[in-house]
Amino acid sequence: MLRIPCPHCGERDETEFHYGGEAGVDYPADPSALADDAWAAYLFLRANPRGWFRERWFHGSGCRLWFALERHTVTDEIRSA
Amino acid sequence: MRISDRLPDHPDFLWADAEPRKSYDVVVIGGGGHGLATAYYLAAHHGITNVAVLEKGWLAGGNMARNTTIIRSNYLWDESAGIYEHSLKLWETLEDELDTQVLFSQRGVLNLAHNLADVREGKRRVNANQLNGLDAQWLSPEEIGKLVPILDVSDRPRHPVVGGTFQPRAGIAKHDYVAWGFARAAHALGVDIVQNCEVTGFQTSGDTVMAVETSRGTIGCGKVALAAAGHTAVLAGHLGVRLPLQSHPLQALVSELLEQVLDTVVMSNAVHVYVSQAHKGELVMGAGVDAHVGYGQRGSFHVIEEQMAAAVELFPIFGRAHVLRTWAGIVDVTPDASPIVGTLPFDNAFVNCGWGTGGFKATPGVGSVYADTVAHGRPHELAAPFALDRFTTGRLIDEHGAAAVAH
Repeated sequence: MLRIPCPHCGERDETEFHYGGEAGVDYPADPSALADDAWAAYLFLRANPRGWFRERWFHGSGCRLWFALERHTVTDEIRSA
Repeated sequence: MRISDRLPDHPDFLWADAEPRKSYDVVVIGGGGHGLATAYYLAAHHGITNVAVLEKGWLAGGNMARNTTIIRSNYLWDESAGIYEHSLKLWETLEDELDTQVLFSQRGVLNLAHNLADVREGKRRVNANQLNGLDAQWLSPEEIGKLVPILDVSDRPRHPVVGGTFQPRAGIAKHDYVAWGFARAAHALGVDIVQNCEVTGFQTSGDTVMAVETSRGTIGCGKVALAAAGHTAVLAGHLGVRLPLQSHPLQALVSELLEQVLDTVVMSNAVHVYVSQAHKGELVMGAGVDAHVGYGQRGSFHVIEEQMAAAVELFPIFGRAHVLRTWAGIVDVTPDASPIVGTLPFDNAFVNCGWGTGGFKATPGVGSVYADTVAHGRPHELAAPFALDRFTTGRLIDEHGAAAVAH
């Protein structure tokens, strides 16, 4: 069980959260201007590192806010983003 | 007389632990089921025997040792039915092909439906399977009760059984025997199996991969074939290629050895559990993936807890069983829950990945298809729909409905 440090509610069990995958993936400013491969990259390509990973979590059972943190994908150690 | 004198001699090794040579015609990265099968079919069916299988740990110690060994082909789409049924047919003759036991037991796989959406999805899938010539059936709760007497098909459970799909030719096999069988047969044909050899990078020249850099030195390659499951994204990164993969922990567990009470594989996507009873007697169960990206080969206990709650609800007789062991493998999941098999943007590099939670069943099938793809330098017809470019063209093979969490 991961213990996730919510910036608003403090450290809580993983079961209170939903996972949001890689952080910092912005919606394209002008999607219709993108070539197919750039649109595909926005839709489908996400970082998948073995190591530190900046990711999003949603505190569904608490403040109901999204936030980002950095977690090590091998050790599950967490540090603030 | 000492005890050791009374014991039989150590059996012959099934394969030799090779020292890596300077170069090979084909370097397969990943000594799990897929990598070993690919090497075997390259040697046995394509006459390419100057092949190395590089394994960073020990042979078949990754997902091949961590899966729940379920084998079936009842997928929704034509492309999936094609490659998975090709594999199921190879399972049916695999013992003859490898001249070894793999304990392939066609005991049937039952996929339970618990609500109207499950029923609609299940019946649609049975119809699609039948159009593809697969042995799919729809069973009523009464028929399911006769097939699996220990399953509670009353209206008591929170998620009652309201029907299910059944594929009689599906089943399970002994995963270690499968890996050892492919390793032995490949080795006998001249394939080098190199363990404790981690790939750390590649040497490229233009669009050609010249060599593989490893923890045991640089190894030249005529062709390179990735078969590294959960670690494929890391390897592809060394080649500068981004793949649409997310690696997740997938957990499974076994109970202590019990008398045989279950001779069918039972899966339930809605309540996230699948269970079979191994030949020795342990109950083998799996769950869905842990939601987060992870390479640590361990998952969170709450996933196991939910899975056990579902299992005990469906099988009240399991209430007194004990969990003996839990573990996790690292599975590489694609956006459409279908694998990626084909070429990479190099002249001589190939990829087989994205099998997610269901790669074991594909072992002989993808071994033969991938070997053919590598040998001829173009996708085998069964692999062609699973090319990487489908994420750009939009021709996805969406198996979330048929595969869901359980594969």
